[in-house]
Amino acid sequence: MWTAQLPAFVIAVPLAAAPVAALLRGASWSWACAALASAASFAIAMLLALAATEVPAISYAVGSWPPPFGIELRITGFSALLLLIITGASTIALIGGKASLDSDIAPARRHYFYAAWLLAVGGLVGIVASGDAFNIFVFMEVSSLATYILIAAGGNPRALPAVFKYLVMGTIGATFYLIGIGLIYLMTGTLNLVDMETRIHDVTDLKPIYAAVGFVTLGLVLKAGVFPLHVWLPNAYAWSPHVVTAFIAACSTKVSLYVLLRFDFMVFQGSLGGHDLQFAGFLMPLAVLGILVASAVAMTESHLKRMLAYSSIAQIGYIVLGASLMSVSGLTAGIIHMFNHALAKGTMFLAIAFIATRLTALRLDDIAGIGRRMPWTLGAFLVAAMSLIGIPGTAGFISKWYLVLAALESGAVGALLVAVVLVSSLMAVYYIWRVVEAAWSSAPGAEAAGAREVPLPMLAVLWTAALANIWFGLQPGLPLALSRSAATYLLGQLQ
Amino acid sequence: MTGATLIQLALALPLAGAAFIALARSRPNLREAVSLATATALCIAVWSLLPEVMAGARPSYELMTLLPGLAIRFTVEPLGAMFAALASLLWIVNTIYSIGYMRGNREHHQTRFYIFFAVSIAATMGIALAGNLLTLFIFYEMLTLSTYPLVAHKGDPQARRGARTYLFILLGTSIGLLLPAMVWTYAVAGTLEFTPGGVLEGNIGDGLAAVLLLLYVLGIGKAAVMPVHRWLPAAMVAPTPVSALLHAVAVVKAGVFTVTKVVIYIFGLDFLAHVPAEKLLVYLAGFTVLAASLVALRQTDLKRLLAYSTVSQLSFVVLAALVLAPLSEIGAAIHIVAHAFGKITLFFAAGAIYVASRKTDVRQFAGIGRRMPWTMIAFTIGAISMIGVPPTAGFVSKWYIIAGAFQADNYFVLAVLAVSTGLNAAYFLPIVFRAFFQDEDQAPPREHGEAPWPMVAALTTTAVFTLLFFVFNGPVVDLELGILGGGP
Repeated sequence: MWTAQLPAFVIAVPLAAAPVAALLRGASWSWACAALASAASFAIAMLLALAATEVPAISYAVGSWPPPFGIELRITGFSALLLLIITGASTIALIGGKASLDSDIAPARRHYFYAAWLLAVGGLVGIVASGDAFNIFVFMEVSSLATYILIAAGGNPRALPAVFKYLVMGTIGATFYLIGIGLIYLMTGTLNLVDMETRIHDVTDLKPIYAAVGFVTLGLVLKAGVFPLHVWLPNAYAWSPHVVTAFIAACSTKVSLYVLLRFDFMVFQGSLGGHDLQFAGFLMPLAVLGILVASAVAMTESHLKRMLAYSSIAQIGYIVLGASLMSVSGLTAGIIHMFNHALAKGTMFLAIAFIATRLTALRLDDIAGIGRRMPWTLGAFLVAAMSLIGIPGTAGFISKWYLVLAALESGAVGALLVAVVLVSSLMAVYYIWRVVEAAWSSAPGAEAAGAREVPLPMLAVLWTAALANIWFGLQPGLPLALSRSAATYLLGQLQ
Repeated sequence: MTGATLIQLALALPLAGAAFIALARSRPNLREAVSLATATALCIAVWSLLPEVMAGARPSYELMTLLPGLAIRFTVEPLGAMFAALASLLWIVNTIYSIGYMRGNREHHQTRFYIFFAVSIAATMGIALAGNLLTLFIFYEMLTLSTYPLVAHKGDPQARRGARTYLFILLGTSIGLLLPAMVWTYAVAGTLEFTPGGVLEGNIGDGLAAVLLLLYVLGIGKAAVMPVHRWLPAAMVAPTPVSALLHAVAVVKAGVFTVTKVVIYIFGLDFLAHVPAEKLLVYLAGFTVLAASLVALRQTDLKRLLAYSTVSQLSFVVLAALVLAPLSEIGAAIHIVAHAFGKITLFFAAGAIYVASRKTDVRQFAGIGRRMPWTMIAFTIGAISMIGVPPTAGFVSKWYIIAGAFQADNYFVLAVLAVSTGLNAAYFLPIVFRAFFQDEDQAPPREHGEAPWPMVAALTTTAVFTLLFFVFNGPVVDLELGILGGGP
């Protein structure tokens, strides 16, 4: 059956298209190649997602070498959800953001840029689809290096220190991860994740494994931008080309969280006594602090993209908080929030990319009055912002519902966690409303006064993304089924 | 037409109206005609639901399943039917009034005003007809968001500040308190359906139930129980038609309506009767009644005075609902109607005075009753109804609340009623006296008579409603008897 090959295709399509995009010259060919490849892998991801709702895991042996000897690709409900996020975000950003990319990326570099974009997509997809620890590292490097290129590609001088910081910290994170799996390999002799899990049981000297747990967890926490290891994130988001921000904000940190959860829940938790308590005890305070501190910073930040970047750090806290509750509803909340937050933040950053095609600066003062000039763009921004706040009827409400429910189930600490979640929602209301008031209530500045609404096709893409926030708020069936299956799958190892 | 179709119409008509208003934006007369036609059609649809509900039926319509076991569902029961009927009826009158006010005042962005007004009414219908708490919550938030542009309508710094307070208190209380209360209810009871007799009995301890009740009463910020009342005076920066229909009827009544629904259909009267802190909330509501009246006494801006009067009257409804006697629940329901007729008349009068004379300060009202006799007579009727004197609507609800207080032997409520009646008289009667029996201090800058005729027509109509309700309240009482025992 050709459908059995889908796990390989979802990685192969963007990776194979990357050199093609690099070779294509002239007007928009490389863009078309990237968009097409991205859309194709999105379509494949959708097929995989539908398949993943029916079976617990789709396993694919690369080169027909059976795992654990060969490399295994393994698609679960969890990875299918991530595949949807990555390929969906990439496709929407490429198609909707063409005009913005054309103005941000110098023509001479465009084909390399799209090649790097495809490599980033391929790398991220590879991390998620792979069932092999070393393979994950390789794809992590592919996606990271490509992402550094994307962030620096705009020619904004401020992007260079930002990307250098990201590169240093990202490399530390990846190295920690590599040290960790090296130690595990030493003790178990395997790199296949499923195999690793069973073999850790037989290890008698656990010290190297404990060290590995520390390295892996810390390395991935760093790459995921979990507070307080988030320092690379705000500037990397703020100064990269606007469409790149929309893409990476939607998916890149979530992929690291995916690997983190897979290791901590599946490889370690079933094998090491008491690991669940350590995991929760380590991450829950970080999550709570991240939610509160980052939201507070977002409230004072006046640069639109930096504000949303801090908001992202807070939202990563939600995901981590859900996972640290160690219950089905908590994990469901965390995982579905990966999806819902990607929808909201991706839409918001895309709207900002559209605004940036009309304005040169993105401080709150600069966007004064822009809501009157670009009502449809700002309208889509507002719809996604409602989802970020968690207004009922939007996707964000579903995450919040499950998160509050999970916190209430978790006993006495729960009430406090509910308070944290809700207080930070109110902080989100505050920072979103600063944008709303700037955009609608103030008199437009000189530049904003001359701004015109973006063309209809761009709006159509943006509003597709915005309406998806409402659609998945009213019909959360698919992401909910995938998150639930992911949650039970992760917790199934915890007997 | 079946009940389900009528429910669909009640929700869809105002939204469709909003779309057509947007299309007709360049032709004001057509746009206002669309508004009026939508309001009339909505009123017919909602009122057609009433006979069925009075006969004991509970028409229901499920829109979609949101989460497993949680649907967006609408069920018409007596309380909601009454609220929807009230709001849709007054929307017609208010639209006529709005036309006079917005044109007489030469307001900007009139299309935006009518669009968001229609959306707010759609949200109100959703609240009134909601079959479970989740559905109600969705439309509750929609109402907050769709009224925000109306409050901020003027766009000057003062309006922006007021609108910000409005939004933050309403969103803050609903997200911060009502949402966790609702999730908590779902976590312990496994359902959020409005069920006669409540869903919480046996699922939660008495002590925790008290905390939950507190979360609900303060979380439903639209009921404006102190200390979460500040948004209502802040909302007075809105154009007067907004204050009249939304901040005297739809939004605030959505609040007390939700409290009443939670008390009757989520907690259940029997269960609440032995929740320990329930009495504390009675005191809190009683305190709000008196404190808001005292604050109203010191106001000189007419709209702010009316706002504090509303805060006080809203807590009356909460108070009546928390007395937990069958007759007081009827009283709470009827007070929703009675206060609506009286207060919308008062706001209409305030707006008419502003459009005609630009006066907002009650100290300037000397002799204005001679220039604007219709307006001030209507104002007087509204004021008498607020005080609760026959022959007005306010007397009817007060009667039932007093009867309920006797049923429950709750003398605190009786004392609150007595004192607040005195306070109401103390802040309304001087205005009436000054308007009719004092001479003008100085001639106004420009000669004026009554406000434009649509406004006078509207305020006369609601004043007549206030009087008529004194006599013809039988059907409403019969309808509301249905909330107690399931059927009438």
